[in-house]
Amino acid sequence: MLLITCPWCGPRDETEYHYGGQAHVPYPETPADLDDRQWAEYVFYRDNPKGHFAERWMHGLGCRRWFNVLRDTVSYDVLAVYRLDEPRPELPAPHAPHQTAETAGGNR
Amino acid sequence: MTTTPLPEHPDWLWRNPEPRSSYDVVIIGGGGHGLATAYYLAKHHGITNVAVLEKGWLAGGNMARNTTIIRSNYLWDESAAMYERALKLWEQLPEELDYDFLFSQRGVLNLAHTLQDVREGVRRVNANRLNGVDAEWLAPDEVAEVCPILNVSADTRYPVLGGTYQPRAGIAKHDHVAWALARRADEMGVDLIQGCEVTGFLKDGDRVVGVETSRGRILAGRVGLAAAGHSSVLAQRAGFRLPVQSHPLQALVSELHEPVHPTVVMSNHVHVYVSQAHKGELVMGAGVDAYNGYGQRGSFHVIEHQMAAAVELFPVFARAHVLRTWGGIVDVTPDASPIIGTTPIENLYVNCGWGTGGFKATPAAGLTFAHTIATGEPHPLNAPFALERFTTGALVDEHGAAAVAH
Ligand SMILES: Cc1cc2nc3c(=O)[nH]c(=O)nc-3n(C[C@H](O)[C@H](O)[C@H](O)COP(=O)(O)OP(=O)(O)OC[C@H]3O[C@@H](n4cnc5c(N)ncnc54)[C@H](O)[C@@H]3O)c2cc1C
Ligand SMILES: [Zn+2]
Repeated sequence: MLLITCPWCGPRDETEYHYGGQAHVPYPETPADLDDRQWAEYVFYRDNPKGHFAERWMHGLGCRRWFNVLRDTVSYDVLAVYRLDEPRPELPAPHAPHQTAETAGGNR
Repeated sequence: MTTTPLPEHPDWLWRNPEPRSSYDVVIIGGGGHGLATAYYLAKHHGITNVAVLEKGWLAGGNMARNTTIIRSNYLWDESAAMYERALKLWEQLPEELDYDFLFSQRGVLNLAHTLQDVREGVRRVNANRLNGVDAEWLAPDEVAEVCPILNVSADTRYPVLGGTYQPRAGIAKHDHVAWALARRADEMGVDLIQGCEVTGFLKDGDRVVGVETSRGRILAGRVGLAAAGHSSVLAQRAGFRLPVQSHPLQALVSELHEPVHPTVVMSNHVHVYVSQAHKGELVMGAGVDAYNGYGQRGSFHVIEHQMAAAVELFPVFARAHVLRTWGGIVDVTPDASPIIGTTPIENLYVNCGWGTGGFKATPAAGLTFAHTIATGEPHPLNAPFALERFTTGALVDEHGAAAVAH
């Protein structure tokens, strides 16, 4: 379970939020010029990193506002929370390789 | 249901060879799909100079973590063809592999709790029948006949309004399936190499010629990528993108009980699915966590919801104890259908995107992927599941159509 700090309401349980996928995916600047491959990239292709990921969340049971979260997709640590009009914060790159449940043996 | 003890398996099932410096085909990922692919490469195409590289232990990924539900009642023609072929293979594989992996065709019920569920269910039954898939629509009293412990009374929060039933569906003992495939592939000469992580690709221009691994470089004529939740991580290292997102998916089991639950029950609306394992545990699952993740664990609130749903549907479970929970990492595509075929990199083929439902497909995934690797062309069954569909728009959109995403 994640504890996420809404920029307006403060720390709340994950269940109050709605997940919105990758952040910083701008609508194409010149949509009429895109070919099918470029449309496919915009509509269907998203990053899926093992490590730091900038993603959108919406505080559905609170202020209902969207904001961005920088999260580690292996440890699930929330590293930073920032508003849509703020730039992605600079953080040191995650240590690789991660010690995960998986490399540690995992659970069958 | 069966109460027979689990079959004994021989302690010695496959060799543990050192990786050789080159192979005709290298398969990345020793899950069910990688093993089935190796098996069919050898059996159907006579290609035995093959290595399956597994970073952990054989079939310790999603193959070891899934809830083992096998069914073919998918809505769209392309999916029904693929999963029904798999089901037919499941029906013959125990004999073919000479290994009893307890494939138990105890049927699957997909419950309807709303008028929309009812319409979707009836439509899917009709579509299934047109595709030669066994399917029936059951009224609540008929649902109760199939599964007497299910609460079909009208005064629950989401009453059971009926359900679809596929009698040939069921469950199998997943570990035994993997071992059965591994034993035969090994016998035919395939090298199964555990503790061997693929860390990069050797390329000659846009053509793959081998892989970098934690145990050195291995040259390969062709490479098949069957790494489930890690497919996009590896694709990126090979130099192309996949439209998949990796999500945690969890399951749990109770302590052992006497046989009480004769079939498999799935409910999309209240979102739980339950079967009783051969030994007697109640096996339960639900949906993926919303967020991307690789941590092989999921959120507790998902468990809370599925337990609440299970107890409402099965009051008899109210005092059962959860014994353990675990998670896997599944790769989800935008249309909830798999990707099997060629990639922008020559001689590199991909089998991924099975998301939450790839166990049931294991034999057909292996058969079609082996065909694609051996011939460079898709098998008729996997042609619709090419990566290009996200550019052409010819999606096989099973989201919400497939009677929950499993
Ligand atoms: C909780 C849960 C419940 C599920 N329930 C069902 C169900 O009831 N019915 C159903 O049909 N499906 C179900 N699934 C989905 C099913 O398990 C998967 O779709 C299927 O197992 C995927 O194919 P696979 O068996 O080859 O994957 P895996 O077994 O995950 O195989 C991939 C392998 O690749 C290895 N690998 C990854 N990266 C590398 C690397 N760099 N180098 C070498 N090896 C690597 C991994 O260690 C892993 O062993 C469920 C999944 C989960 C997690
Ligand atoms: Zn808020």
